[in-house]
Amino acid sequence: MSSVLYDVPGPRAQARHKALGVLAAFGVIALIGFVAYRFWVTGQFEGAKWEWLLYENLQLGLLDALGATLRAFVVAALLALVFGLLFAVARLSEHAWLRSPAFAIVEFFRAIPLVIMIFFLYYAAPQAGLQLGVFWSLVVGLTLYNGSVLAEVFRAGVLSVPRGQREAANALGLRRNQVMRAVLLPQAVRAMLPTIVSQLVILLKDTALGFLITYQELLFQARYLGSLAEFERPIIPTALVIGAVYITLCIALSSLAGYLERRNRHRQRGGPQLPTPDMRGVTAGLNA
Amino acid sequence: MIELLVDNRDLFITGFQNTVLLFIFASIGALALGTLLAGMRVSPVPVLRLLGGGYVMIFRNTPLTLVFFFFAFAYPRLELVDVSFFTRAVLALIAYTAAFVCEVLRSGINTVDVGQSEASRALGFTFTQTLIAIVVPQAIRSVVPPMTSVLIALLKNTTIAAGFAVAEAGQITPALSERGAPLLIGMLWVAIGFAVLIIPLTATQRTLEKRWSVAR
Repeated sequence: MSSVLYDVPGPRAQARHKALGVLAAFGVIALIGFVAYRFWVTGQFEGAKWEWLLYENLQLGLLDALGATLRAFVVAALLALVFGLLFAVARLSEHAWLRSPAFAIVEFFRAIPLVIMIFFLYYAAPQAGLQLGVFWSLVVGLTLYNGSVLAEVFRAGVLSVPRGQREAANALGLRRNQVMRAVLLPQAVRAMLPTIVSQLVILLKDTALGFLITYQELLFQARYLGSLAEFERPIIPTALVIGAVYITLCIALSSLAGYLERRNRHRQRGGPQLPTPDMRGVTAGLNA
Repeated sequence: MIELLVDNRDLFITGFQNTVLLFIFASIGALALGTLLAGMRVSPVPVLRLLGGGYVMIFRNTPLTLVFFFFAFAYPRLELVDVSFFTRAVLALIAYTAAFVCEVLRSGINTVDVGQSEASRALGFTFTQTLIAIVVPQAIRSVVPPMTSVLIALLKNTTIAAGFAVAEAGQITPALSERGAPLLIGMLWVAIGFAVLIIPLTATQRTLEKRWSVAR
């Protein structure tokens, strides 16, 4: 197989690659071995540090925390999808009084760091007499940020629908919002489904920011379990377990995005072309 | 409105100073590590490809807050070299952002047509010559826009350090709240601060894009 950078290797190059491969494998084994050695020396593998996994109430606490993470994710994802759809349509509207504020709002919430937004909602809303609480501070922050990104995604999707579709719909005498609802949006959503799901992976990862405002989700639980003196404060074991949980959740959702993308590619005959297939999705999952 | 800025200038100055420092150190580190990983991912050695891919898969699917969590709370327990919170925040940002830098570089290299380097090899170019004269100049065009997005995201992500005891721009809001200052105005100033930091990045991106968009 010849790639952009490397020619098909000859016998000497093949031998060199093998040697390099062995060397790299040894290097990594040495690195992992060193980390494992540090774990062992500092007693991270001792039974006492893992015993917390056996207690029923702590297991239930973990499940609660997982539920809290998923609850924030589901509520924020639904709200963000609605927000995104509304603002995408507003940005595509023919009325300037609708278009320009929608543009300003979407750009503003995309530009502000999500942490600042969440801190603002958490600390400032009470000043205005509005008690949002941790859950809603997190969910509203996630909604505003991801909803704005999704609005751009939906808009790009609508713009990627071939012009003939809109023209045909107009020719059939459909009203403007019928054209949008019945013709453009369904095709846009289908074309953008992989990108939308990737954005939802970001949202799922961002729920971890709730930790910073003491929302009792997975990381909060990890911190709590990690500080229990009766298990010799097992912060490394808990961090490893919670990390595995997050990675599993995100990979499951990411692979859904990958599956949708592959299916899209097979079905693409006649459907809307996706913008710049090469670089799309490269920055997916970027934020937090 | 300006009084708030003047009265709390200590907060704003240390905050944004630390943000900029975090950003500079982390972006240098992430670009270096990301380039190394991209080199591994496009290399003809299967083991290296596997390692690069594994790194990217793990860090792309981990919340940055968790990476920070690990460096802030778990790292000291390993009793390795003792480093400050600031350094650990930089390390967390590097470890996380490098995965995205790697992906940008890798896809940039993949946008270059195989025929280009086959032609250059047919002309007798060595590997280094092919890389420097043929592949990189073409790849860099498709790398600059997403790389700018990665750097902007890194700048915004530095705010998470505020949650882990680094006096950073993200900490301005909670600190103002403690002082009982009006937060809406404070937030506005923080937003302006970030805009001031982000605008040069996007401006550079536009200039580079314009300069390179001619050929092709």
